[in-house]
Amino acid sequence: MIKIEGVRKSFGALEVLKGIDLTVERGEVLCLIGGSGSGKSTLLMCINALEGIDAGRVEVDGIDVHAPQTEKNKLRQKMGIVFQQFNAFPHLTARDNVALAPRRVLGQNKVETLELAEHHLAHVGLGDKLDHFPSELSGGQQQRLAIARALAMKPDYMLLDEVTSALDPELVGEVLDTLRLLAEEGITMIAVTHEIPFAREVADRVAFFHQGVIHEVGPAKSLISNPQMERTQEFLGKIL
Amino acid sequence: MFDYRFQWRVVWKHWPELLEAALLTLQITVLSVVFGLMIGMVLSVWRKSDNKILYWFTATWVALARNTPALLQIYLAFFGLGALGIHFSPYTAVLAAITFNNAGYLAEILRGGMDSISPSQRGAALGLGMKPLQMYVYVIFPQVLKAVFLPITNQIVWAMLGTSLGMIIGLQELTGMTTFLQSQTFRPFEFYLAAAVIYLIVCETILIFARLVAWRAFRW
Repeated sequence: MIKIEGVRKSFGALEVLKGIDLTVERGEVLCLIGGSGSGKSTLLMCINALEGIDAGRVEVDGIDVHAPQTEKNKLRQKMGIVFQQFNAFPHLTARDNVALAPRRVLGQNKVETLELAEHHLAHVGLGDKLDHFPSELSGGQQQRLAIARALAMKPDYMLLDEVTSALDPELVGEVLDTLRLLAEEGITMIAVTHEIPFAREVADRVAFFHQGVIHEVGPAKSLISNPQMERTQEFLGKIL
Repeated sequence: MFDYRFQWRVVWKHWPELLEAALLTLQITVLSVVFGLMIGMVLSVWRKSDNKILYWFTATWVALARNTPALLQIYLAFFGLGALGIHFSPYTAVLAAITFNNAGYLAEILRGGMDSISPSQRGAALGLGMKPLQMYVYVIFPQVLKAVFLPITNQIVWAMLGTSLGMIIGLQELTGMTTFLQSQTFRPFEFYLAAAVIYLIVCETILIFARLVAWRAFRW
């Protein structure tokens, strides 16, 4: 379970998160929606400590994420993260991209991790691209590679930061299909997304961000079809 | 006045000594670049550190290495440390000084290379649970080395030419040996020309080898 309490975060004079409270249960799919600069992505980075926080508390399975004594690398092993810009490692083949962390971080043996990589790449439909470098893959394929890479660590949680935003429209579908698959398998996901129809279909709950505050959070279908707050109505009205 | 008669036989007679000296030059070059690169990587990371002590240690190293003559650095390693009771052989003193010099230049080259790597690569590596050291070894430096491969080959050439300063403290590397042989035989023109050709060959050999390594390592 992820428990977020009163989290505040500033970059210089700009306060990006102004007191966020949110709880995510095991097996749940939560989508964070809202305009650019509303703090959704920053919150994601605060959950796995890629960003520090100024006030409040983030707890993952009872562990205080931002406590100085917390071993952040250990904590991140159970939270896969996928970024908007793919971030495939350009110097490694698809197979080595996926095998790297299980081998070096978890210390599994080489043959085992290569098989693991093949399994996960096949799972996201890249079984025929094992020896390709990222530069030889399309954006959608690179993003599915990034998802496979995160899954190979067998995370309990997946953090997805606008994973389809940098893709050409015709490539969005293949990545969303992969995420649907994960949702069906019951992985806990927190996804920042602008794909509202996708959020309605796949998410259990949706949280609407505006200027560093969560204005509304609730079951996906009812929040998107029938938003209660004026800001949410305005936002959804603009993009749907 | 142009009736100089080249006598190459005397050079040929001393070929074994020249070859031995050239191998010494090659050895110091390779070792100083390998050690310099390892130290340079550490310095380039420390240079970006929030730790003030590490930052200033690095900044000082880079400033001394780049802004003082390599000859002075060799003197300091040999006579300077000698005065403090740390006695290096000429070989060790030259290797240490050229390594020190290389590390300073390479740290700056690598720092520039690091700035060219997208910061989100760090997030991706850390997000997979890597420790900072693992991130640098497996994700950052492989990319940095490709980005700065050409400036590094420049530095290799510079290091090799710098080893010639070793003669000043009595090291018989290629220049030292050549100087010694011409003084014995009174054929300076032949010997220095031969040395120049050997330098060229050693240098090109190193560069071809470096390109081969790059071609193998940077296929992406």
